[in-house]
Formats: sequence, C-alpha cells, structure tokens
Amino acid sequence: MSVIAHADRIQAPPGAAVRRRKSFLRRRSTVAFFMALPLILIVALLVLYPASYAVYLSTLNKTMERFVGFGNFLFLFKRDSFWMVVEQSVIFAVTAVLFKAVIGLVVAHFVHNLPAKGQRKWRGMLLVPWVIPPAMSTLAWLWLFDPSYSAFNWIFAHFGIDPVPWLGNPYWARFAVILVNVWVGAPFFMIMYLAALKSVPDQLYEAAEIDGANWFQKLWYVTLPMMRNIISITVLFSLIVTFANFDIVRVLTNGGPLDQTQVFATWAFRLGIESNDIPLGASVSLFMFPVLAFAAIFILRDINRRGNEA
Amino acid sequence: MTSAKFDRRRFLATTAGLGLAPYVHTSRAAGTLNIGFWDHWVPGANAVLTKLCHEWAKKEKVDIQIDYITSQGNKLMLTIASEAQAKAGHDILSMPTWWVTAQERHLESMDDIMSRLIEENGDVVDVVKYLGRQDGRWLAVPATPGSQTKPPCGRIDIFRKAAGLDITKMYPGHGEPDKALTDHWTWDEFANAAQRCQKAGFPFGLGLGQTTDSTDWVGAMFSAFGADIVDAQGNITVRSDAVKQVLEYAKRLASFLPPDVTAWDDASNNKWLISGKGSLIMNPPSAWAVAKRDAPKIARELWTFSGPKGPKGRFVAGLPFYWGVWNFSRNKPAAKSLITFLSQRPQVEKLVEGSGGYDIPGFSGLRDFKVWAEEGPPKGTIYNYPPRGDTIVSIAAAPAPTAIANQIYTQATMPKMVARYAFAGDSLDRTLAWAEDELEGMMRT
Repeated sequence: MSVIAHADRIQAPPGAAVRRRKSFLRRRSTVAFFMALPLILIVALLVLYPASYAVYLSTLNKTMERFVGFGNFLFLFKRDSFWMVVEQSVIFAVTAVLFKAVIGLVVAHFVHNLPAKGQRKWRGMLLVPWVIPPAMSTLAWLWLFDPSYSAFNWIFAHFGIDPVPWLGNPYWARFAVILVNVWVGAPFFMIMYLAALKSVPDQLYEAAEIDGANWFQKLWYVTLPMMRNIISITVLFSLIVTFANFDIVRVLTNGGPLDQTQVFATWAFRLGIESNDIPLGASVSLFMFPVLAFAAIFILRDINRRGNEA
Repeated sequence: MTSAKFDRRRFLATTAGLGLAPYVHTSRAAGTLNIGFWDHWVPGANAVLTKLCHEWAKKEKVDIQIDYITSQGNKLMLTIASEAQAKAGHDILSMPTWWVTAQERHLESMDDIMSRLIEENGDVVDVVKYLGRQDGRWLAVPATPGSQTKPPCGRIDIFRKAAGLDITKMYPGHGEPDKALTDHWTWDEFANAAQRCQKAGFPFGLGLGQTTDSTDWVGAMFSAFGADIVDAQGNITVRSDAVKQVLEYAKRLASFLPPDVTAWDDASNNKWLISGKGSLIMNPPSAWAVAKRDAPKIARELWTFSGPKGPKGRFVAGLPFYWGVWNFSRNKPAAKSLITFLSQRPQVEKLVEGSGGYDIPGFSGLRDFKVWAEEGPPKGTIYNYPPRGDTIVSIAAAPAPTAIANQIYTQATMPKMVARYAFAGDSLDRTLAWAEDELEGMMRT
C-alpha cells in the first residue's frame, strides 16, 4: 500500500466510509449482483455441488472407501466397451445436432416467409415436439417402432413392403434414436433461427438484390453471417444437451441391441446405478466434461470477439 | 458353585439376549417408523400390506409412515442408492435382488430375526441365501411382496396341437407333477417344441434383449447346462465345455424365435403371449393376469409350469425381494419387530392372497397356500408357479461373487453372448473372447 493511500485512510473523516459504502451499494453492478444472487445460489446448490460431488465420486474405488485419483478413467480407457460408447455418443450427438440445425434453418425460413396472419399458429404447432416431455413423446415413438407391432411396419405391410427391424438391427436402432432426437430438438433451432432471421435488416436484402444476388447468395452472404452468433450458441447448447441425452435412448432401446445405441448417460446409469459401481458411472458421465468445456470456451470467446468487433 | 461376577462373557450373553428379546414398548415409546415398500403392480396388494402394518402399529403403539415406491423408471433403485449415500431416509426399505449385498456396509444384521423365522417357516432356498446373506451374515429378510419366479407360461391348446404335449397333465393343477412326462421335459425337448410351435405359426416369445426377463430365462438355461461364466471363487470360466455347449444349443433354439427378440424389453414377451401370436413365454403370472382382463379367451388357455431339465438339473429364475433395515435407522427395534410380524404365516398368507398368487414367499414352509390352486381360469393355472418337484430356483450369474454377478446380470452379458453368436454372426471363439474381455472389466474392486 502506498504512503499516500495510507495517509488518505488515516485522514478520511468518518462520514467518508459510509458514503463509499452507499456508493458501492448504489452501483449498477452491485445491484445486478444482488438481484442475481438467488439464482447464483440455486445454480451453486443444484449444479456446482452435484458436479463437484460427481468429480469427488469419480476419484473413489468401487466400494467408495479408497481414493484412486484418475484410476477409474485409466480403467475406462482400457475397455473396448467404453470406446464403443464414446464412438456412439459422438455419432449420435454430431449427427443429431447437424440435422437439427439444417432442418431448423429450413423450417425457420419457411415460417419467416409465411404471411404474418397465420404465422403464429404455425410457430405454435411446430414447437409442439419440443414442448412435450421427451420421455412421453419417445413412448409414442416406441409404439411406432415396436419390434413386433410397429405402426410403421403395419403401414408397410399394406403396400407389400417387408417389415423393418427398427430397434432390432443396430443401424436401424441408431437411426431411430437420432430421428427421435432430431424430431424433439429441431423446433428449438427453428425458433432461435426464426428470431435471428427477423432481426436481419431488410435493407441488406434490398442492397443484395440491387447487386443482382440470387437466393443462395443472399443466404450465404447476408443471412448466415448475420446469424453466425445465434448458430454458434444454438449448436453449442444443443451439442452439450445431446451429449448428455438419457431419456430417448433409455425409453426407445435401453442401449440395445447389443449395446449399439448406448450413450454416455445411459452407460453411466447402467454402470453406476444398476451395476452398483457409482464411481465408475460418475467417471463415464464426466468424460465429456473437459471436451465440451474446451469447445464452449472457444466458441464463446469467438462470439465475444465478434460482438466487440461489431 | 455359581458365580455372581458380571464378567465380559456374561455381559455379551445378556446384551445378546436383549437383542433377541421381543420388542417391548411403553406408550408411544417407539416413536415413528418410516417404511419404503415396493409399490405392488397388483391392484389391492398394497392395501393388504398397509392394513397389516397398521394392525401391528396399533398393537405396538408406533406411528408409522409408509411410502410405496414404484420400480418404474428405477425409482426404487434410485431411492436405495440415494438413501445409502445420504445415510438418511426410511427405517425399512424394500430391496430387490442385488441391492442387499451391494449395500452390505449400510445394512443392519438380521441374523436374530432370520434364525427365528427359519425355525418357524422352514429354510429358505439357495437363491434367497445367495442374495440376502454375506459372509454368513443375514443382511435383510426375504420379503413376500414382489418376490417372484419366472417359469414358462404356455398355451395349452397350441402345445397339444402343435407340440403334442399336454402341459396340464405334465404339471397338473394339484398334487405332484407327472414324473414320466417331466423326465422327458428337457431343453432338447424344449427346442423341439419351439420348432413345432414356430412351424404352426406360434413361436415361443423368449427375449434376447438387455432387460431382466431376457437375462432370467437365459440364466436358467445356462444353469441347467452347468455353464457358469464366473465361478464361486471369481475365476472367469467362460471357455468351459459347458458354456460352449449351451451356446451351441442356444443358437439352435434362437432359430425358432421371432427375428426381433434382440430388441425385446420386459413388456414384449407379455404382449407376444396376450396378442395370441405366441405359444410360450417365461414370466411371472402377470401376462396371464392381464390376459384375464384384456383377452379372456387367451387367458383360459394359459398354463404356468416348470422349466425344462438340463444336464445339471431343472432351473427356474427366481427374483426375491427383501426388507432391509439401514444401520443408520433411528428405530431398529421397531423395524425388526414389524418385519418379524409381516413374515409370519398368517400375514404371509394374506399378502400372497392379496397379490392373487403373484408373490412367492422365500421360506419353503410357506408355499402350500390355497390361492395358487384356486386361481383361474383355468383353475390351477398358477399352481406350479411356486417351484415344485425337482425345480431349483436360481438367478443368472450365480454362483459368482455377488459384486461380479450383479454386473453380469444388469449388463445382460449372457443374453448378449447368445445374441452375438445366434444373431450378430460372431463366431463361437469371438463370442467367448468378447465375454472374457467384458468379465475381466467386472473384476475391479
């Protein structure tokens, strides 16, 4: 501490400290912090505490009596079944997010170009798959894909088409879980992209038109750059959520056939809860955390930089 | 000469005696008892249990709080896991199959109750000991509600016409099974019957998915062939001749099953039988009970009987439920008193009747109730649901140490072995190598 600062403190009249405290409490950032405090406490209690506890659990041995450090992760790295789950989770998440993004973009364009009068109804209807709890809608899908009584196969039979082993064949089963995930998640992309589309100034399209741009050039040079931040955030958010997906796989295939649709969350549940190996289950569920955190830091930094440039 | 000295031995004898003494109360001295029971799927079964508990509570002047916890969505499992972690929760908790030994460190010893109950009700079958006892110490008491076996349930008419076998004669609805017929009821004969029924357009509905129904029947088949994949000492024995033999057999049997059985869950086999498409499943009588309500014509043709015999005996899957008391429970004496009360013959009979015969008591002396002979139509359809004759009740993955067997069971290692060899095109060697690798991963401590 400098001599001058020290002197200030000594010489400051008693009212100055009160004034400083008042001005601190009146600052916008202080008010904002206090207003956000309940939420911060809830997040700390419901997210940070369980996450830290999961990290702690992942460092214990099977009977949870001994600290093993990274032992559980090293054990997992040697298991073929774990790498199979990693591969399937990546296929599941990347494919599903890609399709959700493309379908969301296309549908958002359609809705955006609808006359304003009926647009709200379409928006409402298109959001239905996203609004229904996935465990419930997946049950309906299960009846459509049921191994023995599939409604799709029943329709196929009327056209003389052989039944499709939707959930009995590993490739069809993967297709089914991805399809349901896309069906549930695409409306979220649609609504986010629709909001982004509505914020693109019409003048930009008019200028592009004067320059003789066709529809693809307008999309490529105007729409997509203007939506870049929203696309990044939506893809990042969806990737995290899809990597952590549990309900769709659990209800539809339970990881089968032959574990060919297991993803991190279902495999973690099987090892941790059903097989009574909570530390190993915690390790499986935490495996993607550093990867996704790393991706999140880069994507958010990129968004921030573009925001500053703007 | 007698000694008045109160030495260490005398202290131990006295305190042990106190532990075994009947639960004595003063007015509301025992306080509250929190109980988490399994939520029975049979309508009315919970009400019988509740009534019995209140009867006991009134007599003993204890306040009781009962929660019925469903096993749907694994809620019961999650409750057990979270209470063990939090070291707080119910005093008594229902625990299915593997959960007792898995929670060994958190459970109060039940040796005192079990010795008394075995004396009163007869011994318990091996599978109940295997899952409820660790290092000679009883960790929980076998509970009547929820305990089940999974013998075959077949169509009388289809078996007569297509397989030429009268299952009601082989395992009649009263008395002893027909020895001449049951001696021929082997796994080979089972495959022949499966082939004939498939030819007639009514294949057997035996799942090869990753849920318990699939694991249970495959486990019974492996046991019948003596095909342990891990022995009692924890050694991997997957390359034994018995395992190779059972896989060869299973491949033949699988060729007579519906092509989509690798995707079946625990509801698929029930639907298969109730819809009239199938001729046999292996399940508790829930499929028959639902058929009685939804498809009475089919229900009238259903008959539960014992499983086929293999080189090592006639095995049927058994899944006992238990009542455990946490060692952090605040009311252990009252908890033990209630469990003892509920495990006595008059109460057990009421519970079995309340479940329509679905519940199978763990004690051998409690399997002579009238309900199994009287339920119908057809009358006597579930008479052979409690194991009779030479039937041995087992669970898949036994006799492996329970910490390993639990993983083999829940990860459906055995059905996956069959599915790989019979459906996925893996060679026998590749299937065994895969299983060996999986089992090595289950050996961690």
